[in-house]
Amino acid sequence: MMNKFTISGSPHIQGDASTKKIMYGVVIAMMPALLVGVYYFGIGAVRVLLLAVVASLFFEWLIQKYLIKGPVTITDGSALVTGILLAMNVPSNLPGWMVVVGALIAIGMAKMSFGGLGKNIFNPALVARVFLLVSFPVQMTSWPKPTPISNGLADVITGPTPLGIVKEGLGNGQTMSQLAPELPSYTQDMIGSIGGSLGEVSAIALILGGLYMLWKKIITWHIPVSILLTVVIFSGIMWGFNPEQYADPVFQLLTGGLMLGAIFMATDMVTSPMTKGGQLIFGIGVGLLTILIRFWGAYPEGVSFAILIMNAVVPLINKGFKPRRFGARPGVTVKA
Amino acid sequence: MGILKTFALGGVHPEENKLSSQAAIEVLPIPKQVVVPLGQNLGAPSKPVVKKGDKVKTGQRIAEAGGFISANIHSPVSGTVLKIDSSIDSTGYKRPCIFISVEGDDWDESIDRTDKIETNILLTPDEIVSRIKSSGIVGLGGATFPTSVKLMPPPGKKAEYLVINGVECEPYLTSDHRIMLEKGREIMVGIQILMKALHVEKAIIGIENNKKDAINHLTELSRSLPGIQVVSLKVQYPQGGEKQLIKAVLNREVPSGKLPIEVGCVVQNVGTAFAVYEAVQKNKPLFERVVTVTGKGVKKPSNFLVRIGTSVQELIEAAGGISETTAKVISGGPMMGKALTSLEAPVVKGTSGILLMDDGESHRKVENPCIRCSKCTYACPMGLEPFLLIKTAKLGNYEMAEKEMIMDCIECGSCQFTCPSGIPLLDYLRLGKIKVGQSIRNRNLKKA
Repeated sequence: MMNKFTISGSPHIQGDASTKKIMYGVVIAMMPALLVGVYYFGIGAVRVLLLAVVASLFFEWLIQKYLIKGPVTITDGSALVTGILLAMNVPSNLPGWMVVVGALIAIGMAKMSFGGLGKNIFNPALVARVFLLVSFPVQMTSWPKPTPISNGLADVITGPTPLGIVKEGLGNGQTMSQLAPELPSYTQDMIGSIGGSLGEVSAIALILGGLYMLWKKIITWHIPVSILLTVVIFSGIMWGFNPEQYADPVFQLLTGGLMLGAIFMATDMVTSPMTKGGQLIFGIGVGLLTILIRFWGAYPEGVSFAILIMNAVVPLINKGFKPRRFGARPGVTVKA
Repeated sequence: MGILKTFALGGVHPEENKLSSQAAIEVLPIPKQVVVPLGQNLGAPSKPVVKKGDKVKTGQRIAEAGGFISANIHSPVSGTVLKIDSSIDSTGYKRPCIFISVEGDDWDESIDRTDKIETNILLTPDEIVSRIKSSGIVGLGGATFPTSVKLMPPPGKKAEYLVINGVECEPYLTSDHRIMLEKGREIMVGIQILMKALHVEKAIIGIENNKKDAINHLTELSRSLPGIQVVSLKVQYPQGGEKQLIKAVLNREVPSGKLPIEVGCVVQNVGTAFAVYEAVQKNKPLFERVVTVTGKGVKKPSNFLVRIGTSVQELIEAAGGISETTAKVISGGPMMGKALTSLEAPVVKGTSGILLMDDGESHRKVENPCIRCSKCTYACPMGLEPFLLIKTAKLGNYEMAEKEMIMDCIECGSCQFTCPSGIPLLDYLRLGKIKVGQSIRNRNLKKA
């Protein structure tokens, strides 16, 4: 008897990478930050997280099955990542229905209407966050104060974020030295016992997740490092100029959504540039816009807007920044 | 030991799976019949110089070069020409072949069949080139470019280095590895012959670090030979590509669309160096070669010295036969080899290995949407953007494909290997290259 052979073009072997592995790798990387969020914001954080994830998966399923009538791919992990990122980007006391609206915007508007996985221009979770921020400014900026789980389920007290304190204080004519007693220490910023969205508060946990993704080669260093460096340099210059009017660079690094944005949002493969050179430019853009908004904008925080604005110019960056072509540096000229 | 050299851009590291690296070269018994394709080399097919009923001796010329870039073919056996007819070859198409029925093994008298290693190179450079040409030697690494053409640099160009390719970066394949171990002394003479023909003083043998025994052996042999240097390289696919190898050993980059001679290099495979030794010192034309037969389902992964024209079927049987679960038979390695449609396909000058793959191993991944992860761009050894090039090919925008340098693609498959979404990138790249190649040719015709 004769075997029937498979015929196909080379290569005949493929590596073991897969979209699923990448997505679940990102989920693992988000775990430390999520645990810190649950630790400080308790049951409210769990509620928002579950709602965001379930709603994101549900909307993706609904749209794929009944609107597009195509294959359902909710197990690929991408909607799960979007759901978790959405939860990380909102306060833990956000009303449940708003979380669901956020998931609908993220999955329905920002992702599926562009053609689904891989085709969206803007980061879905960020589109949802900004949509919620603009639509429900009060709920989106009433931040529960961090109370460790060990303190029991006390009534949630709300308070401003460090960036909010600075924005309002400076706006009222106060100086940084006058505001200093109201601000949390750097240690608190590092571990996350500060007010903010449930996934953004702990710089250490986010960096841990970033290192995991670097180790697993899910991301490269170019985007996070260029964002953080730009923020440090730009805010450092302004701070050096007038330390009473501009918060210092370490404060800029450790507060607000910068770490979350630089490590998990801006590095989204789908919405960031394809070459390392382009990624550096993208990161510098995000860093500059973030500080511009923080210092001179109407909002205390600007990371989300900065990333979305830079998402829009990614196609342009991709056109301008090509990989180094082989042969561009001959290394020798041979004469006969 | 310092940091091992390798090429600068991209690359991947598939599982090496060198199952047959410890299997010494065995001489495969001569089959009852051979089928010798007329199109075995890159360039024009050869023209037969025998006809049905002719008696031929082993090593006798049976076809002549059909153009400048073409090569002579010699009978791999002695016997009678049965017919010249089309038969299926490794491309899956029926192509003209010379069928010879075997009678004994009567070699042409001019061939020196002794084992004595002839180290004195008596021929002049011009005589060497013409001997290599008449012996039908082509690049045995797989590209099958006529060797003599490479030894005649175009006017105004001069070779400075001879680079010998002992990389064997394809997983599974071990034929070059075994030749380096078992025919090291002959290879050294072959290299000296090539150096003489090219008028170069320096030769570099590049070998990947997973063949330490070969590195040690050739380093030992090169000690007494001034100008020949062995360089140990980090294992990285596709280091056996000419441009990648030159970059790795000399840190020179062949410019886009140019040949290695542009940076003063000529690259030859170790197997080719051995064939050159046999042709020049022993007057033996190229009619047999070493072929690896391997695969996870193969009972006895082996390296055989095989006469050209032997069917793949016979090779596989000698290695323990084909199993029920074999789903794919590949001529060459798993990264760049061709999937065979039939086991009747004959071994040709460019056959470096036969790889058998089981059902699970040979299936492609399910294709998912591109998530723009850039892994194809990072893996491309030529610094191209495969994700973008396949989009131009899918949309039929071949002008853009050309502008984005699709013709630089060496079809190594690193992009497809690394893609997490299982996208058949190289299928589309090939399509794009064919279309762009056509439009370039048409443009040149109009100019002329």
